[in-house]
Amino acid sequence: MSLTLPNRTVLLAGMALIVLGGVLDWRLGLVLAVWLGLWALNAAISESGAAWARYVVPVLFGLALILLWELAVTLFNVPLVILPAPSAIAAKIAGTTDLLWQDFVQTFVMGALSGYALGCAAAVLVAVLVDRSTFLQRGVLPVGNFMAALPIVGTAPIFVMWYGFGWQSKAAVVFTMVFFPMLVNTVAGLKEASAMQKDLMRTYAAGYWQTLIRLRLPAAMPFIFNGLKISSTLALIGAIVAEFFGSPIVGMGFRISTSVGQLALDMVWAEIAVAALAGSLFYGAVALVERWVTFWHPSQRR
Amino acid sequence: MWRTGCARGCARGMGTTCEGTSAKRMARVGKTYGTLYGTRRGDRVSDTSISAPGAAVGRSARVALAGFASGVLPVLTVVAAILALWYAACVPMNIHGTVNLARQHGFEAMPTTRGERRDMGAFALIAANPVAIAFTWSEDKPRLPAPHQVVSELWVSTVSVAPTDKRSLVFHAWATLSATLVGFVIGTGLGILLAVGIVHNRAMDMSVMPWAIASQTIPILAIAPMVVVVLASVGLTGLLPKALISAYLSFFPVVVGMVKGLRSPDAMQLDLLKTYYASKTQTFWKLRLPASMPYLFASLKIGAAASLVGAIVGELPSGGGQGLGARLLAGSYYGQTIQIWSALFMAAIVAASVVGIIGAVERVTLRRMGMRT
Repeated sequence: MSLTLPNRTVLLAGMALIVLGGVLDWRLGLVLAVWLGLWALNAAISESGAAWARYVVPVLFGLALILLWELAVTLFNVPLVILPAPSAIAAKIAGTTDLLWQDFVQTFVMGALSGYALGCAAAVLVAVLVDRSTFLQRGVLPVGNFMAALPIVGTAPIFVMWYGFGWQSKAAVVFTMVFFPMLVNTVAGLKEASAMQKDLMRTYAAGYWQTLIRLRLPAAMPFIFNGLKISSTLALIGAIVAEFFGSPIVGMGFRISTSVGQLALDMVWAEIAVAALAGSLFYGAVALVERWVTFWHPSQRR
Repeated sequence: MWRTGCARGCARGMGTTCEGTSAKRMARVGKTYGTLYGTRRGDRVSDTSISAPGAAVGRSARVALAGFASGVLPVLTVVAAILALWYAACVPMNIHGTVNLARQHGFEAMPTTRGERRDMGAFALIAANPVAIAFTWSEDKPRLPAPHQVVSELWVSTVSVAPTDKRSLVFHAWATLSATLVGFVIGTGLGILLAVGIVHNRAMDMSVMPWAIASQTIPILAIAPMVVVVLASVGLTGLLPKALISAYLSFFPVVVGMVKGLRSPDAMQLDLLKTYYASKTQTFWKLRLPASMPYLFASLKIGAAASLVGAIVGELPSGGGQGLGARLLAGSYYGQTIQIWSALFMAAIVAASVVGIIGAVERVTLRRMGMRT
């Protein structure tokens, strides 16, 4: 395997840009040089067609962004109240793990997860009930679609008023947010079993519940998991945003809004890093279960 | 039918729509489009009728109802059921407040002390004071306002007040909508540009695409308050910070959707253009871009809804400022539940209109392009 340099015109243009930046301000030149150099490396690796490039290139790109962020902040002396350097954020995370963990438990485990589980379970139940009547299905699908497009996170102040500042109000917001996407997906999924498959079940003398459990729910699983994945993102958003409307003195949303008020942006970024990690791990976990449950679906074949 | 999965794609794509289900919907739209492109129209029609859900099952009784029953009536029924539930829920939610209020104004109400009433369950209190039920729907600061209270507040704050007045919901809705639209246009434009870059540049694809996809799983909305405060500290206030939040929220869905769309032409179609000796630019304008339209509209709808949420959340840190978010926050500070609900409904109306307009443009565009009949 060999890495190829970019062709001469591109190389010259890059050099010219770096020199121009350097003439204006040496720090700008340095940042540009690092950026273009790393980009050329990334381009070369991705053009090489190596099997490992698929994993290395995005990681390298992310690291390059962080390096540039760090460089730009230190070189240009950007104040902490505008943008903290990645190293400052990392230091903050390392120094406040206890606090971050408490916030994580309050917002994610108590608020988001409980609302997510209840909301998704309720939506599937309602979908199965609605499914018995074509009439109701025709009514629920458009209404559910409509509701899913609305800014439901705005119900947060209402639920905070009803259920207080604790995690219960956050779970209620999350419940409402995940309910409609989940309902629409499950109703659509329950229609997925084909007439021929249903006829086959009838020739087996299978009853309604047997058909539901053995055929229609498994056939609906790709749709249900699609809903679960969409909801996993919504759940965390709902729990965090609901805390902006009132919360006990713990929680990710609370910490973000108070730290923003104190201009402690390193703390804000630390919470955001935790939220990003939690969000992608949650999504990844749902996707993993999906792969395990719907291994038969064409989209899961490799 | 020479393409597997064709029949399913058609039946689903024509029959149901799921706005919330981005990925699946896009895949489905794509299938429909691919089928239209790849097979003759006759095939499509016959596929649909054969594989339509339940087509093989005899349902003659239902056919008679088909026209009205399949359209408006079911939706109206569900909406009526929700309204009925809402009115019913008002009674136990508001009964404590209503009875307390009645006592203050010297009316007879059981039990006589406030503490006793507080310890009583809502339903026991209703049983003790059945007269109070009617009044639970007309309180000033109810825990749950009745639908007609919300509608009348909406009416009063949109029609009876001048749109320039600070009490007008139109004023606040416009403050939110203008920021949403500016941000949405910026985010969509940049998203399409990046998608074009990703499709044509391998390095960009491999570097950026995983992050663009990952960004959809993280709650980026959480940085909204920070964006507003940081921009305010460098002197930027008003519409721009909110627009910026709207822009980044609509940016990623558009990137991911457009990359999928621009890649949707299959190898055979690309080969055909190669035999025509079409350049990359020609392939882009004549095949890739038209083929991406269904994907573009699907992601525009998602992006628009996300933009609006972004603008509303962006209004929270500014406190008593303008916009629907500020209105929600003010309502929650002062316990003005009717104001919260009317702001919420205004946000819903705005969101539904924006998504509806995009949907209408989608229908017209796709019909004129011959993709949908």
